[in-house]
Amino acid sequence: MRTRLYSLEELNDIPGTTVFNALRSRQAYHLHKFCMSLMQEDNRAAFRADERAYLERFRMSAEQKQAVLARDFTKLIDLGGNIYFLVKLSNTDGWSTQKAVSSMTDLTPDAYAAMMRAGGRSPEGQRSIRGKN
Amino acid sequence: MARITAGIATSHVPAIGAAFDQGRDQDEYWAPVFAGYDWVKEFQRREDPDVVILCYNDHASAMMLDVVPTFALGMAEEFDVADEGWGRRPVPQVIGDPVLAAHLAEQLVIDEFDLTLMNALEVDHGCTVPLSLMFGRREEWPVRVIPLAVNVTQFPTPSGERCWRLGEAIRDAVESYPAGLNVQIWGTGGMSHQLQGERAGLINPEFDNAFLDKLSDRADELRKITRLDYLREAGTEGIELIMWLIMRGALGDKVEELHRFYHVPASNTAVGHIVLRPQG
Repeated sequence: MRTRLYSLEELNDIPGTTVFNALRSRQAYHLHKFCMSLMQEDNRAAFRADERAYLERFRMSAEQKQAVLARDFTKLIDLGGNIYFLVKLSNTDGWSTQKAVSSMTDLTPDAYAAMMRAGGRSPEGQRSIRGKN
Repeated sequence: MARITAGIATSHVPAIGAAFDQGRDQDEYWAPVFAGYDWVKEFQRREDPDVVILCYNDHASAMMLDVVPTFALGMAEEFDVADEGWGRRPVPQVIGDPVLAAHLAEQLVIDEFDLTLMNALEVDHGCTVPLSLMFGRREEWPVRVIPLAVNVTQFPTPSGERCWRLGEAIRDAVESYPAGLNVQIWGTGGMSHQLQGERAGLINPEFDNAFLDKLSDRADELRKITRLDYLREAGTEGIELIMWLIMRGALGDKVEELHRFYHVPASNTAVGHIVLRPQG
């Protein structure tokens, strides 16, 4: 066996964190294709005009479509999504990245913005589930 | 021969670009961020580099969907500015250097770095926000740019050590180029931040400041930081800091720190910026 500096299992040991990998990338391929389509104004206009009809153009799962309609970023990450694709959706909505990001936390956008102005979320207790540090 | 005369690192937060483009750079929130880049604008006027090798990551704008390259080098004469969902940034087209890029591609592949070569590439905020911070508002950028995109999004990213060695190979490649070019290398992204999950908003000033402290003369310690360490300590997007190690690896053993800036926050992110001069 080749040596590894750490077990890949440890990537699942970070609290409140999903590590985006090749399998997730594949699971979200059609979701991400939809997200990247929003890099063109014509497509943004078509999406705004009829979101459900626009989503039918893509081979996304029903769950992924529902999570897009609900702007449920936590769910979209669960379903394989990565934030750099997903912000194409929040940008289309005119949201700041901070608003999109804050929606995945237990804070309101205002409370999240205040936390950031105060220096952000401390890493204390947020490094390892197992190590509780 | 061509020489790398400076290494510059900076965060590349998209909200900095938006604040800049919308003229909010003197707002109470943004003024301290932009003030941190006054020094480097004057530095660049004096240095007048010919080419920048600009290490950045594509944020699912031109790659990461159909193709996920670990290291991708921009080979074109020009690179259009990507529309990331709110229209293209109103900044000049980025002008490349296909001859130097081809030289780098040859030398780096010969040195075992199997790069992906991009004959067409749109560049996003990862590339254009650093240009705005270094040069301010311009009709055209005063420098040619060779974009070097690094996968820091899809695990596994390259290791910090791999990035360092790529930097070393870039230095050799530049020095074997016959034209007398003044070349800078920039490492962008970071510092600590996390843009997803319940842990979003993570900032680790202790980690960031140690990274800045060690970058000049204790970089050996930084080369040992694992991907897992970056994720735990600096957040899922803090791993962008591996791109700073490409820059640092390209400067050789000894450097002089000319300028440093650290500020929290810009949107979700700790902003770091450093200017280094290779010695000897």
